[in-house]
Amino acid sequence: MRFDNYDPGDFYDELFASKGQPRPYTTPLIEKINSLSEGELVQRQQAAQIAMFKMGITFSVYGDSEGTERIFPFDLIPRIVAAQEWQELDRGLKQRIHTLNLFIADIYGEQKIIKDGIIPQDIIYSAKGFLKPCMGLKPPGDIWCHITGTDLVRDKNGQWYVLEDNLRCPSGVSYVLENRRVMKSTFSQVFRTMDIQPVDEYPSHLLETLLNIAPPHLPDPTVVVLTPGIYNSAYFEHSFLAQQMGVELVEGRDLVVADGYLQMRTTKGLQRVDVVYRRIDDDFIDPKVFRSDSMLGVPGLTEVYRAGRVGIANALGTGVADDKVIYAYVPEMIRYYLGEEQILPNVPTYMCWEPKQLEYVLANLDKLVVKAANESGGYGMLVGTQATPSEREEFAEKIKANPRNYIAQPTLCLSRVPTLLNGQFEGCHVDLRPYILYGEDIYVNPGGLTRVALKRGSLVVNSSQGGGSKDTWVLTR
Amino acid sequence: MLSRVADSIYWLNRYVERVENIARFIDANLNLILDSPAGMDQQWEPLIAVTGDLKLFQEKYGEFTAEKVIQFLTFDRDYNNSILSCLRSARENARSVREIISSEMWEQINAFYMMVTDACPGKPLGALHEFFAEVKLSSHLFAGIMDATMTHNEGWHFGQIGRLIERADKTSRILDVKYFILLPSVQDVGTTLDEIQWMSLLRSASAYEMYRKRQHRITPKAVADFLILDANFPRSIRFCLISAEQSLHQITGTPLGTWRDPVERTLGRLRSEMDYLTVDEVMDTGLHEFLNGLQEQLNQVGEKIFATYFALNPVEERVENWTPIARLSKQTQTLLR
Repeated sequence: MRFDNYDPGDFYDELFASKGQPRPYTTPLIEKINSLSEGELVQRQQAAQIAMFKMGITFSVYGDSEGTERIFPFDLIPRIVAAQEWQELDRGLKQRIHTLNLFIADIYGEQKIIKDGIIPQDIIYSAKGFLKPCMGLKPPGDIWCHITGTDLVRDKNGQWYVLEDNLRCPSGVSYVLENRRVMKSTFSQVFRTMDIQPVDEYPSHLLETLLNIAPPHLPDPTVVVLTPGIYNSAYFEHSFLAQQMGVELVEGRDLVVADGYLQMRTTKGLQRVDVVYRRIDDDFIDPKVFRSDSMLGVPGLTEVYRAGRVGIANALGTGVADDKVIYAYVPEMIRYYLGEEQILPNVPTYMCWEPKQLEYVLANLDKLVVKAANESGGYGMLVGTQATPSEREEFAEKIKANPRNYIAQPTLCLSRVPTLLNGQFEGCHVDLRPYILYGEDIYVNPGGLTRVALKRGSLVVNSSQGGGSKDTWVLTR
Repeated sequence: MLSRVADSIYWLNRYVERVENIARFIDANLNLILDSPAGMDQQWEPLIAVTGDLKLFQEKYGEFTAEKVIQFLTFDRDYNNSILSCLRSARENARSVREIISSEMWEQINAFYMMVTDACPGKPLGALHEFFAEVKLSSHLFAGIMDATMTHNEGWHFGQIGRLIERADKTSRILDVKYFILLPSVQDVGTTLDEIQWMSLLRSASAYEMYRKRQHRITPKAVADFLILDANFPRSIRFCLISAEQSLHQITGTPLGTWRDPVERTLGRLRSEMDYLTVDEVMDTGLHEFLNGLQEQLNQVGEKIFATYFALNPVEERVENWTPIARLSKQTQTLLR
């Protein structure tokens, strides 16, 4: 199988500068693939997928009574990021996470940014992720966002943009690690020649990040991963991370607040828990404080947390920075808190709650992507260029009814990577979600989840919408 | 160890053992039919009778034909104790503890489940022998992999207890089938047919060759003696109880022969009763009555294990909608009575 006929076309291609012209740093891979015999690549791809299914590296599909599980489709052609480019991303992401953390600490504390008129109070208080009960909270080290997955995209010119910040429970890092494992066995020779930065340190860094927020003076803190259970779509990841860190995977029903501490129920009685990596949204984590109908959380957990007797990652209330309207303010936040210009720009964003911008959005729905401020997973959005007039009209009504809840962005032409589709290479659009840990300092895992739209021409990369993934190779030099 | 995790490993093993026994059971009966005189009624009803779900079967399927009984016991998705449902539960339990068990165990249970789903909704009768052989083998493979790849720690011992209690229960049920088969035709006692049936019963327990080595002649009393009281045959009830008790004491650290909690007391008492029981006493009580009482006691052991080690007390109202595994397991347990 060869790349001879592969044409990147009028797109930014991550591997090719133009037809027949691989980017210099991708050449060893392209040559290797060109040297494979007919069908071998397809065979390797199938073998990889079968192995993943057998190992149960799957996600659950909701709304199916049989609890169907699928593998996250996986494509063997990696995306490659040049060393220098990565250094820039690394700096930009650190700057951003640093800022977002200062912001969250500020709004649950003194709220200087509101007092100084940078962000209107209304916007903060109307954000779904803003939690009043967290006012005055002081998490250990004043770190709030311990684990972040930031979605990046590149446009036609190869310019990187931040598409959104995920500070609640970002998923996908398990696929980064498992994809790499598969790729190492598939392209072991290429690995030896190309000097690719390893991603395997993630679980160790994650564990350190979690230990860092344990209540002080404990010789051997107990860390747990809190999952909603096996029916959650990301259950595989929860179990995988617990296993890789060698810590207990617990469900809400395993935990109880007793004697002022968070404890888990064991065959030998209650045992104290010191740090919780929770994969449950704020709303569900403590029925006494948030949603009273939640079955997933632990009644009384917030109180223990407030008393500093348990560390929680991410801190409660972090989701406020997930709001897409607040996202639009990040460039100003960077200026305000750090006195710096942003290294990684946002995608230009229109805020519908501002009358002028709303007017523009409504007049240009056919050119824009409109997103609900609090949805994720590709839900609650309108891709104007692909929608019918009646769909656009319907959406316009929704926006007018609740302008605070919508933002709009120009349709970006996402960069592409050659991908195996129906036995040949097709350029498919991708995004990138690197994982950032904030412990003693900020660590960006060199790589991230490259999600790929597996339909010709499609721009939607979410797994819940039929997207797949690729390994991301960050070069060392 | 988390109570929920111990519970899941316990049930994972019970379900796999249950699946194996159902397969063995049906397979032995398929063989028996081939040896039965033509024109004689096929004996499928007893297989359902011992499950305790006779009513359920009759409502859904009506007559006791080979196809219907096999469909019910093997592939019925809605019947909690079918092979398919048990495997689904086993896999769910495994999935909820996959960070605790070895990845080989998980992969085997996953493959096992896929093998049976692929055979669904039903194979022609002729192909079933091979299928059941594969089911039995897969179950052995799982037990072997667990033994060879998982640390023999607390979780492993809970798994052992689950498997052994299930096995003791199933051996008692296999013996009980004979009671159901004989019930309509007392005149067959001591005939060739009778002997063939006892042989098939021994095969259902994978006990035929081992029995022959020990007892040579086939008599009802000797078969009962072997399957209930033999100290060395791994499927005899006494053997299961001895081993389960050993695992239990490994978990608690209490010396054998003493007790500190209700499980140790109940199980220890039952085991020592077996140590001093004779088969004549069993026959005097009546085989069926004896086995019934035994199953009750095994259920009690199971309930006490749940209450002592697994129950997520205090059980609050919020647990009502969110404990699929633990609650399902308990239900299944009582269903089998």
